[in-house]
Amino acid sequence: MVTIKQEQNLPPRAGHLNGVIVPEQPDKNAIEVRGVRKVFGSGENQVAALDTVSVSIRENEFFTLLGPSGCGKTTLLRLIAGFDFPTAGEILLYGQDIAPLPPFKRPVNTVFQSYALFPHMTVAENIGFGLEMLGKSKAEIKARVGEMLKLVKMEALAGRRTSQISGGQQQRVALARALAPQPKVLLLDEPLSALDYKLRKEMQIELKRLQHETGITFIFVTHDQEEALTMSDRIAVMSSGKILQVGTPWDIYDKPAERFVADFIGETNFLTAAISGMGGGKARATLKSGATIEATVAEGFQPKDNATVVVRPEHAKLTSGKGDLSGTVENIVYFGTDTHIHVQLDSGEAFTVRQQNTRSAGCGFERGDKVGIQIGNDAAQVLRD
Amino acid sequence: MANFSIKHQPGFTAIAATCFVVLYLPIIVLVFYAFNAATSTSEWGGFSLKWFQSAWQNTQVIDATVRSFQIGSVAAVLATIAATMAALATTRTAAYPGLTFKYAAINQPLMVPEIVTGVALLIFFSRIKIFTGYSGLGYLIAAHTAFCIPFAYLPIRARLENMDLTLERAAADLYATPWRTFRRITLPLLWPGILAGLMLAFVISLDDVVITEFVKSGGQDTLPTYMLGQIRRGITPEINAISTVFLLLSVAIVTLFFFISRKRD
Repeated sequence: MVTIKQEQNLPPRAGHLNGVIVPEQPDKNAIEVRGVRKVFGSGENQVAALDTVSVSIRENEFFTLLGPSGCGKTTLLRLIAGFDFPTAGEILLYGQDIAPLPPFKRPVNTVFQSYALFPHMTVAENIGFGLEMLGKSKAEIKARVGEMLKLVKMEALAGRRTSQISGGQQQRVALARALAPQPKVLLLDEPLSALDYKLRKEMQIELKRLQHETGITFIFVTHDQEEALTMSDRIAVMSSGKILQVGTPWDIYDKPAERFVADFIGETNFLTAAISGMGGGKARATLKSGATIEATVAEGFQPKDNATVVVRPEHAKLTSGKGDLSGTVENIVYFGTDTHIHVQLDSGEAFTVRQQNTRSAGCGFERGDKVGIQIGNDAAQVLRD
Repeated sequence: MANFSIKHQPGFTAIAATCFVVLYLPIIVLVFYAFNAATSTSEWGGFSLKWFQSAWQNTQVIDATVRSFQIGSVAAVLATIAATMAALATTRTAAYPGLTFKYAAINQPLMVPEIVTGVALLIFFSRIKIFTGYSGLGYLIAAHTAFCIPFAYLPIRARLENMDLTLERAAADLYATPWRTFRRITLPLLWPGILAGLMLAFVISLDDVVITEFVKSGGQDTLPTYMLGQIRRGITPEINAISTVFLLLSVAIVTLFFFISRKRD
């Protein structure tokens, strides 16, 4: 995963890394959102789109705001861009509060979901627009536009109208236009959502490359968890105007702190368990089946006696013998790369196991089979709920 | 095979034909008799261009035509400027209480009967005339500007409402001040709407009889009011000839602006 490579290149990051707590480096924060609230409407119709959000985004980071529609991720992006102003709180850009500034006074550029290319200008004119508004000389604009066209591989289409190029090409122009003025932070508002699957995959890699080559801090908004996991250095998962968890894709996927995060990102199994014997960030969880497994507990969290434990479908194994859980195969769904086997547990709960497919053999189980489920070591996580 | 298209239903063709006949037959007849050699507008006396010639040599006709164009062009430009500003102010904002009232106020001339406006302006302007002693074309231009505004406003507002607001946001994001955003983004994209508004306003002004009749001072006939006056004195095919030229001009203007605005797109 890209994240690991990045970890080697950059100084150690704040948070929990290899069991060592690295202190925050506030001077290295590109954006600091402090206690930001955004309320729409007035009186009884008031809706808090952002409910006191605080988050730090580091320099040169690919940071993703992830959540379902209406969670407040786009509102937060708009506040950073300056299209809206917070009801309360501060937004610091390298230590300076930019919250009250209009968008044209912020060294922050946006890639819009609809691209918002100027239809009456050519590709080159679009890319040069920001530089022109900044009062750069003609020669400088020309050179920089050339550079940007090269960066997004659009040199051949510089003179075209934006209506004469394809969706994927428009996307590249929108990127080049936003990157041309060398913003301190680039905001991307679900920029890939209009592209088809294959193009989207290509652009994901392209975006990572651009971020790496330009060294600009990217703040990316998406509702697509897969996109977030594959591209981001860190992800903030949002719901109902709040940030629930911030962490690396690995943190978010494997150590979800709350039910919403676990549920929203990937598929997962929820099991009720009795907690005993806390220690070393781990707890012993006794499942309804009677089996006791070891589960990770989020830092600083003291679970109650009864809690929910999550296990990812690919971290469990189906056996025809006895396992930590037992049940009956309810359904088998073939996905190409893997097969999902839905099991009705004897305890009444449902459990899904994901099994890698091989070319020759079937999955080895059939509907109605009595099976056991083996939960892997370090596979379970206790939720904060 | 049965045709299930809603376009094909019994009676539609007959109704459509009737509409076209009522719309166009009188105009065709009018144009036809403009070329009449006789002095009658209903009895054919052979082909002739003499009524066109007589209209061309009639200084009153030429005067009235020039006046119509003067008033029309100035009023259309003024109305379009006002309408553009009004359209910007009423679309580039979130809905607020009183916005509907503003729409209604801008579109007042579409709702208030022209005769009422005409009488009101007659009284209002006569007071001003007494105070200032001015009796030039200014009154007609002011009146025409006022009733042309909603006609210019409608296409401009339609264009603005169809325009992607994100474009202006994108310009602001790329360091353009509100004024530069307007100059570089909004205005160029709005041009087709502005041209359509200008054209409509001009044609409406050119065509007006009721308000002009009330507001004009002596010797300030526009082409339509001159024609109305002529008809009262008895009709000759000269009126047909003038009408024909007028019709051609209108069609030409509308066609021209249509092509300009399409090219701009």
